[in-house]
Amino acid sequence: MLSKEEHQDKVLKEVTEQEYKYGFQSDIETEKFPPGLNEEIIRKISEIRQEPEWVLEFRLKAYHAWLKMEEPKWAHLVIPKINFNELIYYAKPKPKKKLESLDEVDPEILEVYEKLGIPLDEQKALSGVAVDAVFDSVSVKTTFQKELKERGIIFCPISEAIRDYPDLVKQYLGSVVPYSDNYYAALNSAVFTDGSFVFIPKGVRSPMELSSYFRINSAGTGQFERTLVIVEEGGYVSYLEGCTAPQRDENQLHAAVVELIAKKDAEIKYSTVQNWYPGDKEGKGGIFNFVTKRGICKGNHSKISWTQVETGSAITWKYPSTILKGDNSIAEFYSVAVTNNHQQADTGTKMIHIGKNTKSTIISKGISAGKSQNSYRGLVDIKRGAINSRNYSVCDSLLMGDQCGAHTFPYIDVENRSSIVEHEATTSKISEEQLFYLQQRGLDEESAVNMIVNGYAKEVLNQLPMEFAVEAQKLLEISLEGSVG
Amino acid sequence: MKKKPLLQIKNLHAKIGDKEIIKGLNLTINPGEVHAIMGPNGTGKSTLANVITGKEGYEVTDGEIIYKGKNLLDLDPEERALEGIFLGFQYPVEIPGVSMTNFMKAAIDAQRKYKGQDPIKPGEFLKMYREKQKMVNMPDKMKNRSVNEGFSGGEKKKNEIFQMAMLQPDLAILDETDSGLDIDALKAVADGVNKLRNNDNAFLVITHYQRLLDHIVPDIVHVMYDGKIVKTGDKNLAKELEEKGYAWIEEEYKKSKQNA
Repeated sequence: MLSKEEHQDKVLKEVTEQEYKYGFQSDIETEKFPPGLNEEIIRKISEIRQEPEWVLEFRLKAYHAWLKMEEPKWAHLVIPKINFNELIYYAKPKPKKKLESLDEVDPEILEVYEKLGIPLDEQKALSGVAVDAVFDSVSVKTTFQKELKERGIIFCPISEAIRDYPDLVKQYLGSVVPYSDNYYAALNSAVFTDGSFVFIPKGVRSPMELSSYFRINSAGTGQFERTLVIVEEGGYVSYLEGCTAPQRDENQLHAAVVELIAKKDAEIKYSTVQNWYPGDKEGKGGIFNFVTKRGICKGNHSKISWTQVETGSAITWKYPSTILKGDNSIAEFYSVAVTNNHQQADTGTKMIHIGKNTKSTIISKGISAGKSQNSYRGLVDIKRGAINSRNYSVCDSLLMGDQCGAHTFPYIDVENRSSIVEHEATTSKISEEQLFYLQQRGLDEESAVNMIVNGYAKEVLNQLPMEFAVEAQKLLEISLEGSVG
Repeated sequence: MKKKPLLQIKNLHAKIGDKEIIKGLNLTINPGEVHAIMGPNGTGKSTLANVITGKEGYEVTDGEIIYKGKNLLDLDPEERALEGIFLGFQYPVEIPGVSMTNFMKAAIDAQRKYKGQDPIKPGEFLKMYREKQKMVNMPDKMKNRSVNEGFSGGEKKKNEIFQMAMLQPDLAILDETDSGLDIDALKAVADGVNKLRNNDNAFLVITHYQRLLDHIVPDIVHVMYDGKIVKTGDKNLAKELEEKGYAWIEEEYKKSKQNA
């Protein structure tokens, strides 16, 4: 008979041998730039996208700022040196036959998305969800654009927005995340390709979920998407992004920038289900996910809510943050971060309270298994003028096995006396008692673990749009099947 | 016609770590019987429950447990449960974020899958859920709460009986279900058990006190001491224990040991 430790090792091993479901490679011909990062490449990116002069200027300024910057080293991560001159900064799928119209998508790419469970055919699409599909460096299709347009909602690739709504983009691009913000934001600002652009006019509530699906397909390519969401006074949008990548032995870089702007009484709900290829069980390959996401509650009574389910990537460096500038504005951050095998995650949020009576909530649930390292890092910064503000934070960690790490780095800075900050943190293991209780009712060990983990993450999963909550729940199960702590 | 025994325990020895807790225990339970095991604290009553249900950390060093003609010790804890053994826990654990209905649906479906049946239909499930709730006098609002989370002591124990009613086991072991209950909760628990009693199932009621046995009248009462069953009688044995305490059992046991 196996000893208890041997048994746990065996179950853990079964988990870690779970295959990444989306790791297939699609043999799609692409038009690629040569590897390397220099002014010439940046000019070429701008040129191929037919950008106006001001965008090129923005890129070049960012590039020169980036050259003078250094990689951030404060995170609890071991990041191998990245040679930025070996990366490819632009890759575009090349259709085999000439396409009839701009709306037509190469059938081979449609097939890829079908395989990922994201039909781009509006007839087959999930009702109530519009999708912008980004393949390597370009958006290949955005569904339901017409229906949305009728309500004045703009939902399109950012390249299209730069062409069709230059004034809007010019006004807001870099307004929340300046190009000089940090190393990866500067890099993104220099070489960004497609991502989504959302504009919700005054008083309009988006009738459907807007979503982007990012796929890195080409080898040696980095993905640098840029997303900009603007919601005018009293408007509302729920936006969701998902992402996957093929299984490869080398690491690939994904450095995105997302900016959200909520005007007076506006609300933005931004959800992420991140499932980039995490690398194999020995820690070979996987995506480096270095992302800057920030929103501003610009007007009074506005609200921004971030929800993330992070299960993929070899390394995650990501802190979706909110600046609470308007009085009485509200910000939320709900996160489940799962790490397994050799994955590393350093993720959390910043809540910057500037306006009066502002309120923020942080609910972070970390789950670590295998030999992974999982850190929560957060800042609650209540400025002097943000009187009567409140923050409530909960940071829980769940450990599975005895070779992983969970860390919490909360920073709190309060500059006035009328504000209240509450912080709770727990670290736990799945207890033998809980497992036995469920097994005694007839559930096998794997189902029992899944049930406990899903229960643990429920507060966050509940925040996801219903269409995606089930998907996310399954993803958690795949990422962790059977781990016993 | 005499029925085949449901459970037969022969010369069972079990230890936790290096410490032997069960030291040669024999017990036979037939369908339709309610057995009570009484005895002072620390004599191995709960250990017996845990060994029967297959909790990790216990090692059986000798003897056997035959259940429905099968060697029970070969089965995983969930297989024993699926074969119809239910344990009403002394200290039911909390499982945050898992609602009672989800939990029970999963348990029922696991049972059905084991029998080769399809998952239960939601309508059928909810109907059954309501009926059983009523049976143990559990308010309907409990069903949306997480498993045992924030339940009072009495609610937790009632919840165990409720789960038993849902899963309809062949052998239910109730481990100190009466501890920490006020008289109303005690009655509700006993009521639930009495409603579920029939000619095909059996109960093993582990208790320290006689008072539960006023409400669940046992067919057979055992006294456990030093890891063994040292005395067996009918319901009057429980009354005798209530009056005289356990000291005389200890003395009798020590004497018999000296004589041996």
